[in-house]
Amino acid sequence: MELVEAIILSVLAASTPLLIAATGELVTERSGVLNLGVEGMMIVGAACGFAGAWLSGSVFIGALFGIVAGVLMSLVFALMALGLAVNQVATGLALTILGVGLSGLIGAGFVGERITPAVHLHIPGATDIPLIGRVLFGEDGFVYVSIALVVGVWWFLYRTRAGLILRACGDNHASAHALGYPVLRIRTFAVMFGGACAGLAGAYLPLAYTPFFVPGMTAGRGWIALALVVFSSWRPGRLVLGAYLFGAVTILQLHAQGWGVGIPSQFMSALPYLATVVVLVLISRERSGGSTAPAALGTVFVPDC
Amino acid sequence: MQLVLEKRAERSGTIALVSPLIAVGLTIVTMVILFAILGKNPLLALHAYFIAPLTDGYSLQEIAVKATPLVMIAIGLSLCYLANAWNIGAEGQFLIGAVAGSWIAVRTQGTDAGAWVLPAMLVLAAAAGALYALIPAICKVKFGASEILTSLMLVYVADLFLDYLVRGPWRDPHGFNFPTTAEFDPVATVPLLIEGGRLHLGSIIVLLVVAAAAILLGRTIKGFEIRVVGAAPRAARFGGFKADRLIILTFAISGALAGLAGIIEVAGPIGHLQPGISPGYGFTAIIVAFLGRLNPLGILVAGLFLALTFIGGEQAQIAMKIPLDVTKVFQGILLFYVLACDSLILYRFKLVFPNRQVARGAG
Repeated sequence: MELVEAIILSVLAASTPLLIAATGELVTERSGVLNLGVEGMMIVGAACGFAGAWLSGSVFIGALFGIVAGVLMSLVFALMALGLAVNQVATGLALTILGVGLSGLIGAGFVGERITPAVHLHIPGATDIPLIGRVLFGEDGFVYVSIALVVGVWWFLYRTRAGLILRACGDNHASAHALGYPVLRIRTFAVMFGGACAGLAGAYLPLAYTPFFVPGMTAGRGWIALALVVFSSWRPGRLVLGAYLFGAVTILQLHAQGWGVGIPSQFMSALPYLATVVVLVLISRERSGGSTAPAALGTVFVPDC
Repeated sequence: MQLVLEKRAERSGTIALVSPLIAVGLTIVTMVILFAILGKNPLLALHAYFIAPLTDGYSLQEIAVKATPLVMIAIGLSLCYLANAWNIGAEGQFLIGAVAGSWIAVRTQGTDAGAWVLPAMLVLAAAAGALYALIPAICKVKFGASEILTSLMLVYVADLFLDYLVRGPWRDPHGFNFPTTAEFDPVATVPLLIEGGRLHLGSIIVLLVVAAAAILLGRTIKGFEIRVVGAAPRAARFGGFKADRLIILTFAISGALAGLAGIIEVAGPIGHLQPGISPGYGFTAIIVAFLGRLNPLGILVAGLFLALTFIGGEQAQIAMKIPLDVTKVFQGILLFYVLACDSLILYRFKLVFPNRQVARGAG
């Protein structure tokens, strides 16, 4: 019983950064922009988040630092890919390379430091319910925020006018422009939202997952988040499923290493990455009939004024 | 005030030539600001980065040694990018090539194997790199899976695989438990060009690769196909060029070159297999490819320049305690400026001050 609860808790913890980052990227991609710099924005969010929390002594301030850092990074992307109409794939790669360097520079002074990690919710009575108590009522704030974020994004995309306009920009920017919508401005906001989420997801790692900062601690989670968006067919509901599945794979391999299964630990550590490849292949094959991706995804738009 | 892009009637040839220089200039200006923020004397830092390595023979050789893998990988990547195939997993193909070539070196260790060892290592490394690159290429062509994500995921897998080998089956029993193979035998080592120097045979190989790529792109039908498929996919379809086949081909070539670069690095300057054999060559090569404007000769120059920043970064760290991460920031910023300046080739930038009346009339 306790073991099951512990596994569920650790799966949630491992899934949360993936879910937050992927939710942000989903909104970005729904507006027609492919920002491959998620990993870079996350790692800068992790460094700035830790710096903020260490300097202020508050995890909340740290998370805000992470968000702001992510937004600033995404603005660099927006300036390039939207403002200057540069190829989005190349710009996203540049953002990741820059982010890895910046995070090392920012975080260098904080390696080896520790902070008090994010507190977990505790409701007397409710949290003590066996099996589900701690899962539902004993998480840290990030977990609840991630759920609220997905629900909010679903509501925004499918239940509001603004969400409809955003999806229109992603499916046909020329038509959206012809109807008088400011395509580039809408896309800039979508990119900024993606940056905020990536920054928050990055900050989660040193603020809640491990209470210290290590260079390169995102370890490809930003790229896995990108793969999750593909897996979800750009739908928030399936994103949740995908993120928790991936969290489960990560935890499974950690536990398998702990149990001393006779497989070298490196092979187990490679599982999440291999799983990503397999899932991408399966998902892409499944929809060989027609793509569910936003039709204008990754294409350059220059308004003719 | 608003920035507006205006499409040029035709791409500007002048700007295509000077845009990498503008980008380097802008990067240096940005670095001066960054050095000032870090509290270092910008002029001394720039000197340590860009001038000091050029003033002694050892550093000059070291630049050529560092440029060798960068140029070799970037040449392969440029073929992919020209064909609009996004291989960003060169780092993984580099590692797998190093592993595959090292296999022969490890198996023949201490035997009286002859001169065939090194050529066999090079061939096997190239083949392994190509095969490893074919995984994302085939996933893309057969199933439509994003080659960007799959090729990148395989970098982590390759890294872990190498780590497993040097900590497990291939670990040097006399290596004091360090995760490394034993030093390769002389027959399994890339020969030096100058006795006691640093320059090795790899630098010659890379020059041949540059020449071969220049001929492929400039003088052959295949090269023409690659360029057309990337630049004008519709025209390529009408011309009967098979984009899928070119994705497979360019991935295989770039994987082979990355694998070759991997084994040359391991059997050359390093001398044994260990974790951390690459300071991110596969990723820096992406910058080299773009800075060189996807042109073989341009890539050669760009590779030497990026190698200079690696060496300069190390010297700046020793002389001025400037963190090594500054080099990565430098490289990232450089790529941004290169891409931004490339936009100038196709567009004119105009600052527009919106006029109310016009806005009302148009809106």
